Amino acid sequence: MSVIGCHHCDAICDEPDIPDGGAAICMRCGGTIFRRQRQTVEYTLALITAAAILFVVANAYPFLSFEMQGQITQTTLISGSVALWEQGRFAVAALVFMTTIVAPALEIGLLLYVLAPLHFGRALPGAVIAFREVERFRPWSMMEVFLIGIFVAVVKLADMADIVPGIALWAFGLLIPTLAGAASFLDAEIVWRRIGDLK
Amino acid sequence: MSAATTDPAGPYAQCHTCELVVSVPLGPIHGLGCPRCRTAIHRRKPNSLARTWSLLIAAVICYVPANIYPVMEVTTLGRPQADTILSGVVYLFAHGMWPLSLIVFVASVIVPVLKIIALGSLALSVQRGSQWRPHDRARLYRVVEAVGRWSMVDVYVVTILVALVNLGSLASVEAKLGALFFGAVVVLTMFAAESFDPRLIWDQMMTDADEGVGDADGE
Repeated sequence: MSVIGCHHCDAICDEPDIPDGGAAICMRCGGTIFRRQRQTVEYTLALITAAAILFVVANAYPFLSFEMQGQITQTTLISGSVALWEQGRFAVAALVFMTTIVAPALEIGLLLYVLAPLHFGRALPGAVIAFREVERFRPWSMMEVFLIGIFVAVVKLADMADIVPGIALWAFGLLIPTLAGAASFLDAEIVWRRIGDLK
Repeated sequence: MSAATTDPAGPYAQCHTCELVVSVPLGPIHGLGCPRCRTAIHRRKPNSLARTWSLLIAAVICYVPANIYPVMEVTTLGRPQADTILSGVVYLFAHGMWPLSLIVFVASVIVPVLKIIALGSLALSVQRGSQWRPHDRARLYRVVEAVGRWSMVDVYVVTILVALVNLGSLASVEAKLGALFFGAVVVLTMFAAESFDPRLIWDQMMTDADEGVGDADGE
Protein backbone atom coordinates (compact mmCIF):
# COMPACT_ATOMS: atom_id res chain seq x y z
CA MET A 1 0.00 0.00 0.00
CA SER A 2 1.43 3.32 -0.86
CA VAL A 3 0.43 6.91 -0.47
CA ILE A 4 -0.51 8.98 -3.50
CA GLY A 5 -0.99 12.71 -3.77
CA CYS A 6 -3.00 15.03 -5.97
CA HIS A 7 -0.67 17.36 -7.86
CA HIS A 8 -3.44 19.95 -8.20
CA CYS A 9 -4.21 20.53 -4.53
CA ASP A 10 -1.85 18.25 -2.62
CA ALA A 11 -4.47 16.13 -0.90
CA ILE A 12 -2.94 12.77 -0.09
CA CYS A 13 -4.51 9.40 0.52
CA ASP A 14 -3.76 5.69 0.45
CA GLU A 15 -3.61 4.46 -3.10
CA PRO A 16 -7.06 3.23 -4.15
CA ASP A 17 -7.53 0.15 -6.30
CA ILE A 18 -8.20 1.52 -9.76
CA PRO A 19 -9.28 -0.80 -12.58
CA ASP A 20 -7.52 -0.54 -15.94
CA GLY A 21 -8.76 2.44 -17.87
CA GLY A 22 -10.20 3.99 -14.72
CA ALA A 23 -9.08 7.25 -13.20
CA ALA A 24 -8.42 8.39 -9.66
CA ILE A 25 -10.23 11.67 -9.08
CA CYS A 26 -9.21 13.85 -6.17
CA MET A 27 -11.88 14.00 -3.46
CA ARG A 28 -10.94 17.51 -2.54
CA CYS A 29 -10.41 19.42 -5.79
CA GLY A 30 -11.89 17.16 -8.45
CA GLY A 31 -8.69 17.02 -10.49
CA THR A 32 -7.57 13.81 -12.17
CA ILE A 33 -4.73 12.31 -10.14
CA PHE A 34 -3.89 9.60 -12.62
CA ARG A 35 -5.47 7.31 -15.17
CA ARG A 36 -4.57 3.63 -14.97
CA GLN A 37 -3.61 2.17 -18.32
CA ARG A 38 -3.34 -1.48 -19.07
CA GLN A 39 -0.02 -2.36 -20.69
CA THR A 40 0.95 1.27 -20.70
CA VAL A 41 4.53 0.56 -21.78
CA GLU A 42 3.49 -1.54 -24.78
CA TYR A 43 0.69 0.71 -26.04
CA THR A 44 2.68 3.88 -25.63
CA LEU A 45 5.74 2.30 -27.20
CA ALA A 46 3.76 1.18 -30.25
CA LEU A 47 2.27 4.63 -30.80
CA ILE A 48 5.50 6.49 -30.14
CA THR A 49 7.32 4.26 -32.66
CA ALA A 50 4.70 5.17 -35.25
CA ALA A 51 5.07 8.81 -34.24
CA ALA A 52 8.84 8.62 -34.73
CA ILE A 53 8.41 7.38 -38.31
CA LEU A 54 5.77 10.01 -39.08
CA PHE A 55 7.94 12.71 -37.55
CA VAL A 56 10.84 11.78 -39.83
CA VAL A 57 8.54 11.86 -42.88
CA ALA A 58 7.03 15.17 -41.76
CA ASN A 59 10.51 16.65 -41.57
CA ALA A 60 11.99 15.10 -44.69
CA TYR A 61 9.38 16.22 -47.25
CA PRO A 62 7.81 19.59 -48.06
CA PHE A 63 4.36 20.15 -46.54
CA LEU A 64 3.24 22.88 -48.90
CA SER A 65 4.19 24.07 -52.37
CA PHE A 66 3.30 27.52 -53.54
CA GLU A 67 3.06 28.33 -57.22
CA MET A 68 2.70 31.80 -58.64
CA GLN A 69 3.18 32.72 -62.28
CA GLY A 70 5.26 29.66 -62.97
CA GLN A 71 7.53 30.06 -59.96
CA ILE A 72 7.42 27.43 -57.27
CA THR A 73 8.53 27.52 -53.64
CA GLN A 74 8.26 24.70 -51.13
CA THR A 75 8.44 24.63 -47.37
CA THR A 76 9.56 21.96 -44.99
CA LEU A 77 9.25 22.12 -41.24
CA ILE A 78 12.76 23.48 -40.81
CA SER A 79 12.64 26.00 -43.68
CA GLY A 80 10.26 28.22 -41.71
CA SER A 81 12.76 28.67 -38.90
CA VAL A 82 15.57 29.14 -41.42
CA ALA A 83 13.66 31.85 -43.32
CA LEU A 84 12.92 33.74 -40.09
CA TRP A 85 16.57 33.48 -39.07
CA GLU A 86 17.67 34.88 -42.45
CA GLN A 87 15.35 37.85 -41.94
CA GLY A 88 17.09 38.59 -38.66
CA ARG A 89 14.19 37.44 -36.45
CA PHE A 90 16.47 35.25 -34.36
CA ALA A 91 14.29 34.96 -31.27
CA VAL A 92 11.16 34.06 -33.24
CA ALA A 93 13.15 31.59 -35.34
CA ALA A 94 14.49 29.95 -32.18
CA LEU A 95 11.00 29.78 -30.66
CA VAL A 96 9.56 28.12 -33.75
CA PHE A 97 12.52 25.74 -34.03
CA MET A 98 12.19 24.82 -30.37
CA THR A 99 8.42 24.21 -30.39
CA THR A 100 8.04 22.43 -33.72
CA ILE A 101 11.27 20.43 -33.99
CA VAL A 102 13.35 20.20 -30.82
CA ALA A 103 10.56 19.63 -28.29
CA PRO A 104 8.62 17.03 -30.36
CA ALA A 105 11.88 15.25 -31.27
CA LEU A 106 12.88 15.11 -27.61
CA GLU A 107 9.42 13.98 -26.54
CA ILE A 108 9.49 11.12 -29.07
CA GLY A 109 13.18 10.27 -28.70
CA LEU A 110 13.29 10.25 -24.91
CA LEU A 111 10.12 8.15 -24.64
CA LEU A 112 11.59 5.61 -27.07
CA TYR A 113 14.81 5.57 -25.07
CA VAL A 114 12.93 4.81 -21.86
CA LEU A 115 10.08 2.58 -23.06
CA ALA A 116 11.77 0.32 -25.64
CA PRO A 117 14.28 -1.14 -23.12
CA LEU A 118 11.58 -1.20 -20.44
CA HIS A 119 9.49 -3.47 -22.64
CA PHE A 120 12.37 -5.97 -22.56
CA GLY A 121 12.82 -5.55 -18.82
CA ARG A 122 15.79 -3.24 -18.92
CA ALA A 123 16.55 0.38 -18.18
CA LEU A 124 19.33 2.16 -20.04
CA PRO A 125 21.63 4.52 -18.14
CA GLY A 126 19.98 7.89 -17.66
CA ALA A 127 16.46 6.50 -18.01
CA VAL A 128 15.39 8.38 -14.89
CA ILE A 129 16.57 11.72 -16.20
CA ALA A 130 15.25 10.98 -19.71
CA PHE A 131 11.76 10.19 -18.43
CA ARG A 132 11.77 13.20 -16.14
CA GLU A 133 12.61 15.50 -19.05
CA VAL A 134 9.78 14.14 -21.22
CA GLU A 135 7.25 15.84 -18.98
CA ARG A 136 9.27 19.02 -18.98
CA PHE A 137 9.35 19.27 -22.77
CA ARG A 138 5.81 18.17 -23.49
CA PRO A 139 4.11 21.58 -23.01
CA TRP A 140 6.54 23.06 -25.54
CA SER A 141 5.81 20.51 -28.23
CA MET A 142 3.19 22.24 -30.37
CA MET A 143 2.74 20.20 -33.52
CA GLU A 144 -1.06 20.37 -33.36
CA VAL A 145 -0.98 24.16 -33.12
CA PHE A 146 1.35 24.25 -36.11
CA LEU A 147 -1.19 22.23 -38.13
CA ILE A 148 -3.85 24.89 -37.52
CA GLY A 149 -1.22 27.45 -38.55
CA ILE A 150 -0.83 25.61 -41.86
CA PHE A 151 -4.60 25.76 -42.49
CA VAL A 152 -4.71 29.49 -41.79
CA ALA A 153 -1.72 30.09 -44.07
CA VAL A 154 -3.34 28.10 -46.88
CA VAL A 155 -6.53 30.15 -46.64
CA LYS A 156 -4.58 33.41 -46.69
CA LEU A 157 -2.70 32.39 -49.80
CA ALA A 158 -5.56 30.76 -51.63
CA ASP A 159 -6.49 33.78 -53.79
CA MET A 160 -2.91 34.71 -54.41
CA ALA A 161 -1.56 31.49 -55.84
CA ASP A 162 -1.90 27.73 -56.20
CA ILE A 163 -1.20 25.81 -53.02
CA VAL A 164 -0.33 22.14 -53.29
CA PRO A 165 -0.19 19.98 -50.15
CA GLY A 166 2.85 17.72 -49.87
CA ILE A 167 3.49 14.32 -48.35
CA ALA A 168 4.62 15.87 -45.08
CA LEU A 169 1.19 17.39 -44.57
CA TRP A 170 -0.44 13.94 -44.51
CA ALA A 171 2.29 12.66 -42.18
CA PHE A 172 1.58 15.67 -40.02
CA GLY A 173 -2.13 15.00 -39.95
CA LEU A 174 -1.48 11.43 -38.75
CA LEU A 175 1.27 12.42 -36.34
CA ILE A 176 -1.00 14.58 -34.20
CA PRO A 177 -3.57 11.91 -33.21
CA THR A 178 -0.70 9.42 -32.80
CA LEU A 179 1.12 11.69 -30.36
CA ALA A 180 -2.10 12.50 -28.53
CA GLY A 181 -2.82 8.77 -28.24
CA ALA A 182 0.67 8.06 -26.95
CA ALA A 183 0.26 10.76 -24.32
CA SER A 184 -3.11 9.43 -23.17
CA PHE A 185 -1.88 5.82 -22.91
CA LEU A 186 1.14 6.84 -20.89
CA ASP A 187 0.69 6.04 -17.21
CA ALA A 188 3.73 7.78 -15.76
CA GLU A 189 3.31 6.28 -12.30
CA ILE A 190 3.58 2.73 -13.65
CA VAL A 191 6.60 3.63 -15.77
CA TRP A 192 8.29 5.16 -12.73
CA ARG A 193 7.62 2.03 -10.71
CA ARG A 194 8.91 -0.26 -13.42
CA ILE A 195 12.09 1.79 -13.72
CA GLY A 196 12.39 1.67 -9.95
CA ASP A 197 11.88 -2.10 -9.79
CA LEU A 198 14.82 -2.64 -12.13
CA LYS A 199 17.22 -0.76 -9.90
CA MET B 1 -12.24 9.68 5.61
CA SER B 2 -9.99 12.51 6.64
CA ALA B 3 -8.54 14.44 3.76
CA ALA B 4 -4.90 14.50 4.72
CA THR B 5 -2.77 16.89 2.74
CA THR B 6 0.84 17.77 2.32
CA ASP B 7 0.14 20.94 4.23
CA PRO B 8 2.88 23.56 4.15
CA ALA B 9 4.57 22.32 7.30
CA GLY B 10 3.44 18.71 7.57
CA PRO B 11 5.20 15.35 7.29
CA TYR B 12 4.65 14.83 3.56
CA ALA B 13 5.70 16.58 0.37
CA GLN B 14 4.96 15.66 -3.21
CA CYS B 15 7.61 15.79 -5.91
CA HIS B 16 6.63 18.40 -8.51
CA THR B 17 8.10 16.35 -11.32
CA CYS B 18 7.19 12.69 -10.80
CA GLU B 19 4.43 13.17 -8.19
CA LEU B 20 5.92 10.77 -5.67
CA VAL B 21 4.75 11.47 -2.13
CA VAL B 22 7.71 11.45 0.24
CA SER B 23 8.05 11.72 3.99
CA VAL B 24 9.91 14.84 4.97
CA PRO B 25 10.96 16.40 8.27
CA LEU B 26 8.48 18.89 9.73
CA GLY B 27 9.04 22.54 8.94
CA PRO B 28 10.98 24.08 6.06
CA ILE B 29 12.91 21.64 3.91
CA HIS B 30 16.08 22.37 2.00
CA GLY B 31 18.39 20.36 -0.19
CA LEU B 32 16.20 17.27 -0.32
CA GLY B 33 16.09 15.33 -3.58
CA CYS B 34 13.31 13.08 -4.85
CA PRO B 35 14.39 9.46 -4.38
CA ARG B 36 12.72 8.51 -7.65
CA CYS B 37 13.48 11.23 -10.20
CA ARG B 38 16.20 13.16 -8.33
CA THR B 39 14.70 16.64 -8.70
CA ALA B 40 14.71 18.93 -5.69
CA ILE B 41 11.74 18.47 -3.37
CA HIS B 42 9.72 21.54 -2.43
CA ARG B 43 6.49 21.68 -0.51
CA ARG B 44 5.26 24.38 -2.87
CA LYS B 45 6.77 25.80 -6.03
CA PRO B 46 9.42 28.23 -4.81
CA ASN B 47 8.47 31.93 -4.94
CA SER B 48 5.38 30.98 -6.89
CA LEU B 49 3.48 34.26 -6.54
CA ALA B 50 6.46 36.53 -7.13
CA ARG B 51 7.41 34.63 -10.28
CA THR B 52 3.86 34.54 -11.56
CA TRP B 53 3.43 38.28 -11.04
CA SER B 54 6.69 39.27 -12.68
CA LEU B 55 6.04 37.10 -15.72
CA LEU B 56 2.49 38.43 -15.98
CA ILE B 57 3.63 42.04 -15.82
CA ALA B 58 6.22 41.35 -18.51
CA ALA B 59 3.48 39.75 -20.63
CA VAL B 60 1.19 42.78 -20.22
CA ILE B 61 4.01 45.07 -21.33
CA CYS B 62 4.70 42.94 -24.41
CA TYR B 63 0.99 42.64 -25.23
CA VAL B 64 0.75 46.30 -26.28
CA PRO B 65 3.47 46.30 -29.00
CA ALA B 66 2.35 42.80 -30.02
CA ASN B 67 -0.97 44.26 -31.14
CA ILE B 68 0.17 47.68 -32.33
CA TYR B 69 3.11 46.66 -34.48
CA PRO B 70 2.51 44.62 -37.61
CA VAL B 71 3.44 40.97 -37.34
CA MET B 72 4.29 40.75 -41.01
CA GLU B 73 4.52 42.71 -44.24
CA VAL B 74 3.27 41.15 -47.45
CA THR B 75 4.75 42.64 -50.62
CA THR B 76 3.07 41.77 -53.93
CA LEU B 77 4.43 43.36 -57.12
CA GLY B 78 6.24 46.01 -55.15
CA ARG B 79 3.21 47.00 -53.05
CA PRO B 80 3.87 46.42 -49.35
CA GLN B 81 0.97 45.78 -46.99
CA ALA B 82 1.40 45.44 -43.23
CA ASP B 83 -0.68 43.00 -41.22
CA THR B 84 -1.34 43.19 -37.50
CA ILE B 85 -2.80 40.35 -35.45
CA LEU B 86 -6.24 41.92 -35.63
CA SER B 87 -6.15 42.76 -39.34
CA GLY B 88 -5.29 39.11 -40.01
CA VAL B 89 -8.50 38.08 -38.26
CA VAL B 90 -10.50 40.67 -40.18
CA TYR B 91 -9.02 39.42 -43.46
CA LEU B 92 -10.12 35.84 -42.78
CA PHE B 93 -13.58 36.99 -41.74
CA ALA B 94 -13.98 39.22 -44.80
CA HIS B 95 -13.13 36.25 -47.01
CA GLY B 96 -15.96 34.23 -45.54
CA MET B 97 -13.69 31.93 -43.56
CA TRP B 98 -15.49 32.65 -40.34
CA PRO B 99 -14.74 29.34 -38.55
CA LEU B 100 -11.02 29.86 -39.10
CA SER B 101 -11.21 33.55 -38.27
CA LEU B 102 -13.01 32.63 -35.06
CA ILE B 103 -10.24 30.17 -34.12
CA VAL B 104 -7.54 32.76 -34.77
CA PHE B 105 -9.50 35.48 -32.98
CA VAL B 106 -9.99 33.32 -29.91
CA ALA B 107 -6.44 31.94 -29.94
CA SER B 108 -4.63 35.21 -30.61
CA VAL B 109 -6.78 37.94 -29.10
CA ILE B 110 -9.08 36.47 -26.47
CA VAL B 111 -6.89 33.75 -24.97
CA PRO B 112 -3.85 35.92 -24.10
CA VAL B 113 -6.05 38.56 -22.44
CA LEU B 114 -8.19 36.06 -20.53
CA LYS B 115 -5.10 34.16 -19.51
CA ILE B 116 -3.45 37.25 -18.06
CA ILE B 117 -6.66 38.27 -16.25
CA ALA B 118 -7.29 34.73 -14.96
CA LEU B 119 -3.76 34.20 -13.64
CA GLY B 120 -3.73 37.68 -12.15
CA SER B 121 -7.00 37.08 -10.31
CA LEU B 122 -5.87 33.64 -9.13
CA ALA B 123 -2.65 35.13 -7.74
CA LEU B 124 -4.60 37.97 -6.14
CA SER B 125 -7.16 35.61 -4.60
CA VAL B 126 -4.37 33.54 -3.03
CA GLN B 127 -2.62 36.64 -1.72
CA ARG B 128 -5.80 37.87 -0.08
CA GLY B 129 -6.43 34.50 1.51
CA SER B 130 -9.68 34.04 -0.34
CA GLN B 131 -11.78 30.94 0.36
CA TRP B 132 -14.17 31.68 -2.47
CA ARG B 133 -15.11 28.68 -4.68
CA PRO B 134 -11.81 26.79 -4.65
CA HIS B 135 -13.10 24.12 -7.05
CA ASP B 136 -13.89 26.68 -9.71
CA ARG B 137 -10.59 28.46 -9.22
CA ALA B 138 -8.74 25.15 -9.49
CA ARG B 139 -10.64 24.37 -12.69
CA LEU B 140 -9.89 27.82 -14.07
CA TYR B 141 -6.20 27.18 -13.52
CA ARG B 142 -6.35 23.86 -15.38
CA VAL B 143 -8.11 25.51 -18.33
CA VAL B 144 -5.56 28.34 -18.46
CA GLU B 145 -2.75 25.81 -18.43
CA ALA B 146 -4.29 23.82 -21.27
CA VAL B 147 -5.30 26.53 -23.74
CA GLY B 148 -2.24 28.79 -23.60
CA ARG B 149 -0.32 26.95 -26.28
CA TRP B 150 -2.97 27.67 -28.95
CA SER B 151 -1.95 31.31 -29.04
CA MET B 152 1.12 30.23 -30.99
CA VAL B 153 -1.02 29.85 -34.13
CA ASP B 154 -0.25 33.35 -35.37
CA VAL B 155 3.47 32.94 -34.91
CA TYR B 156 3.31 29.79 -37.03
CA VAL B 157 1.21 31.45 -39.72
CA VAL B 158 3.86 34.15 -40.07
CA THR B 159 6.58 31.48 -40.17
CA ILE B 160 4.87 29.50 -42.91
CA LEU B 161 4.12 32.59 -45.02
CA VAL B 162 7.69 33.83 -44.70
CA ALA B 163 9.04 30.48 -45.85
CA LEU B 164 6.50 29.93 -48.62
CA VAL B 165 6.06 33.35 -50.18
CA ASN B 166 9.60 34.04 -51.17
CA LEU B 167 9.54 34.96 -54.85
CA GLY B 168 11.68 38.09 -54.81
CA SER B 169 10.02 41.09 -56.45
CA LEU B 170 6.90 39.13 -57.40
CA ALA B 171 5.77 38.39 -53.87
CA SER B 172 7.46 38.17 -50.51
CA VAL B 173 6.57 38.18 -46.83
CA GLU B 174 8.70 39.63 -44.09
CA ALA B 175 8.26 38.99 -40.37
CA LYS B 176 7.91 42.22 -38.38
CA LEU B 177 8.48 43.36 -34.83
CA GLY B 178 4.94 42.50 -33.73
CA ALA B 179 5.68 38.80 -34.20
CA LEU B 180 8.53 39.01 -31.72
CA PHE B 181 6.39 40.66 -29.04
CA PHE B 182 3.51 38.34 -29.71
CA GLY B 183 5.74 35.29 -29.32
CA ALA B 184 7.04 36.83 -26.11
CA VAL B 185 3.48 37.19 -24.75
CA VAL B 186 2.77 33.51 -25.42
CA VAL B 187 6.02 32.31 -23.85
CA LEU B 188 5.75 34.62 -20.83
CA THR B 189 2.16 33.62 -20.08
CA MET B 190 3.05 29.94 -20.43
CA PHE B 191 5.86 30.37 -17.93
CA ALA B 192 3.54 32.39 -15.67
CA ALA B 193 1.00 29.55 -15.68
CA GLU B 194 3.76 27.07 -14.90
CA SER B 195 5.04 29.20 -12.01
CA PHE B 196 1.69 29.48 -10.30
CA ASP B 197 1.14 26.72 -7.76
CA PRO B 198 -2.56 25.72 -7.64
CA ARG B 199 -1.98 24.16 -4.21
CA LEU B 200 -1.83 27.68 -2.79
CA ILE B 201 -5.58 27.92 -3.48
CA TRP B 202 -6.19 24.94 -1.18
CA ASP B 203 -3.76 26.04 1.50
CA GLN B 204 -6.21 28.83 2.31
CA MET B 205 -8.98 26.31 2.83
CA MET B 206 -7.10 24.48 5.55
CA THR B 207 -6.53 27.39 7.89
CA ASP B 208 -10.08 26.98 9.16
CA ALA B 209 -10.16 23.23 9.51
CA ASP B 210 -6.68 22.53 10.80
CA GLU B 211 -5.01 24.16 13.67
CA GLY B 212 -1.38 25.19 13.73
CA VAL B 213 -0.89 25.48 9.99
CA GLY B 214 1.63 28.14 9.15
CA ASP B 215 1.88 30.64 6.36
CA ALA B 216 1.04 29.35 2.90
CA ASP B 217 4.31 30.42 1.36
CA GLY B 218 6.45 27.98 3.36
CA GLU B 219 8.72 25.88 1.20
